Amino acid sequence: MEENKININDILNRYTPEQRHSLALLQEVQKAYGYISSNNLLAISSYLNVPVSEIFSIATFYKALSLTKKGRIIIKVCDGTACHIRGSINVLEEIKRTLHINEGETTPDGLFSIEIVNCVGSCAMAPVVICGEKYHGNVAMGKGAEIIEEAKKEAESNE
Amino acid sequence: MSREILVCCGTGCLANGSQAVVDEFRSASEGLDISVKPYIKKVGCNGFCENGPMVTILPDHITYYRVHPKDVEEIIQNLDKDPVERLLYKNEDGKPVRSRGENPFYVPQLKIALRNTGIVDPGEIDDYIERGGYEGLRKALAMSQEEVINEIEISGLRGRGGAGFPTGKKWRSCFEVPSDQKYMLCNGDEGDPGAFMDRSIMEGDPHSVLEGLAIGAYAIGASKGILYIRDEYGLALQQVQKAINEAKDRGFLGKNILNSSFEFDCEIVRGGGAFVCGESSALMSSIEGRVGEPRVKYIRSVEKGLFEKPTVLNNVETLANVSYILAHGGAEYAKLGTEGSKGTKVFSLVGKVNRTGLVELPMGATLRELVFHVGGGIPGNRPFKAVQTGGPSGGCIPERLMDLKIDFDSLKANGSMMGSGGVIVMDDTTCMVELARYYVKFLAEESCGKCTPCREGLRNMLDILTRICEGDGEMSDLDLLEELAFTASNASLCELGKTAANPVMSTLEHFRDEYEAHIVDKRCPAGVCTNLIEYRILPEKCKGCSLCAKNCPTNAITGELRKPYVIDKSLCIKCGNCKSKCKFDAIAVE
Repeated sequence: MEENKININDILNRYTPEQRHSLALLQEVQKAYGYISSNNLLAISSYLNVPVSEIFSIATFYKALSLTKKGRIIIKVCDGTACHIRGSINVLEEIKRTLHINEGETTPDGLFSIEIVNCVGSCAMAPVVICGEKYHGNVAMGKGAEIIEEAKKEAESNE
Repeated sequence: MSREILVCCGTGCLANGSQAVVDEFRSASEGLDISVKPYIKKVGCNGFCENGPMVTILPDHITYYRVHPKDVEEIIQNLDKDPVERLLYKNEDGKPVRSRGENPFYVPQLKIALRNTGIVDPGEIDDYIERGGYEGLRKALAMSQEEVINEIEISGLRGRGGAGFPTGKKWRSCFEVPSDQKYMLCNGDEGDPGAFMDRSIMEGDPHSVLEGLAIGAYAIGASKGILYIRDEYGLALQQVQKAINEAKDRGFLGKNILNSSFEFDCEIVRGGGAFVCGESSALMSSIEGRVGEPRVKYIRSVEKGLFEKPTVLNNVETLANVSYILAHGGAEYAKLGTEGSKGTKVFSLVGKVNRTGLVELPMGATLRELVFHVGGGIPGNRPFKAVQTGGPSGGCIPERLMDLKIDFDSLKANGSMMGSGGVIVMDDTTCMVELARYYVKFLAEESCGKCTPCREGLRNMLDILTRICEGDGEMSDLDLLEELAFTASNASLCELGKTAANPVMSTLEHFRDEYEAHIVDKRCPAGVCTNLIEYRILPEKCKGCSLCAKNCPTNAITGELRKPYVIDKSLCIKCGNCKSKCKFDAIAVE
């Protein structure tokens, strides 16, 4: 349903049809729809006049892009070195236990996805969890579940 | 008396709630007595992130930490009296520190690349100009291109992105290639886990980077510039874009810059989240709209770089130094630092250390000064084990080498590297085998897959290290690791592969005993590798408070109140929850 809101042509027309804009276009599509559908891959390919195989290889190369739809709230657990040695894996395990999914997966209700990210540059407050847009620093044991609970409540009140 | 109140709004402080503090100051300062006029402006990252939100009161430079909106009223009431003691930073000996000049974290620092972050408002170009901004560009444009290159060569500046290539030499090679079009690029794809200086500079002082970029473009003869910035750095992207717009409006970018014939324009390209794109040829490939894979190095970027045109790529911190050097002179800059490494370096001091954050020191300071004087040592007085420098391409440096002077050459000679300046401190609870596994896993995931030694070598090293961490390693695995490391470092296409084995080699060299403990004794001395450890409640210390049992996710802990509890090892998933919750230190890991 969300796909109907934004027309792919509106996104395409923000850029001139040159190959150098392929990454930027894929990022915009990712942002607008939460993933890149096969139809949109084809649309970008024909707009830029670049073979779809090449657009596909870019879409699968960069971490910021995804070919499958992700949850509405993405929980990013930072596993940069500073977070790692301050126990990010324990935080990740706790979040996985709470949501009953693994990293890279989405909850059946489509609300949460878990991702591991490599350093968000907030090392001084390691370990860091980013829930949606919100940064949580010094995430201690037991706080992972709290973060999820808080996000759930916020999502419910927005509905 | 008129006063300025500075509230840090870097990513770290924002996460700790500084926006609410700004709002509170704004409303609380309304309609106050004329003698007190706090002026609130948002400033970039101050470095001392762990203790945010940070608030500084000018002109006395009184600095408060961990300020909550409810503290605002008290701060305002005390402006003309003694500072609010409970919000001041406390020294190791517990004494409150009034201002930054007394703070052991700041005293040894010398700020050049970070000269403006935390002081100027990144959204106000006039702030930057007031502090001597764009003076370097003005001086450069009055000189010939070669004179500018000479000045950078005199300064001895070397690239701050990792490899330490002399900046002047790079510019000269590009200057000497005739071409109708050249490109000047800025590498803001800071990817080393544990490093965030580039982010802070872009967020807190974007004009210093733009000025450096414009100076470089003038020197090599480029009219187009691109800043390649990580997509994850939302605030940095926003501030740099704003700075570009302002600089254009004021004539520091665009046509006839400062009434000269020099023309230069720049734009931002957002990265896609690939570590390898920090490598120069991969970065250019990414800007061209292709997959970010490196290419062979016999084609030099200064001759054929972006879109096959001569290109110079400099790191964010390097460019922030360039604008300073042109304004103050190369000879002045060269007075700082060591024989082969001039100037200062920004380090991000993180991990198991009391004071974390960004630290800028002259080259040649020792690791001991950095970790123990600036950083204040290890939390809880635990034993220090090692520092890791240079990110995934760097290595670990043990206690006995702590008096090493930090510069490009000394770190390299000891199996590590400067890298982008991440310094990660580790204590006795960090497992060095697991750390090596962590870095190899990171690199195996980030390897672009183009060349075999890196792609397959890393995958196999990861298999072996995982095996060792799980207790299934054999002594012959260590020889195999060394062989794979040798091949990857000699036969890989780009620096990512060539340096990928450094974490393995350096931990093997300095901490071979830990590898042997995992393989021979099936024991993890640091208590990290879950297959090799067990959690046990010490009956003599357990008070039977039941807190651990309540927090155990698998109900593995049982017992009676006020009597020692026990852990059922068949149910325990070794999550460590009980140990972190126990108030009596009654849970042992062995």
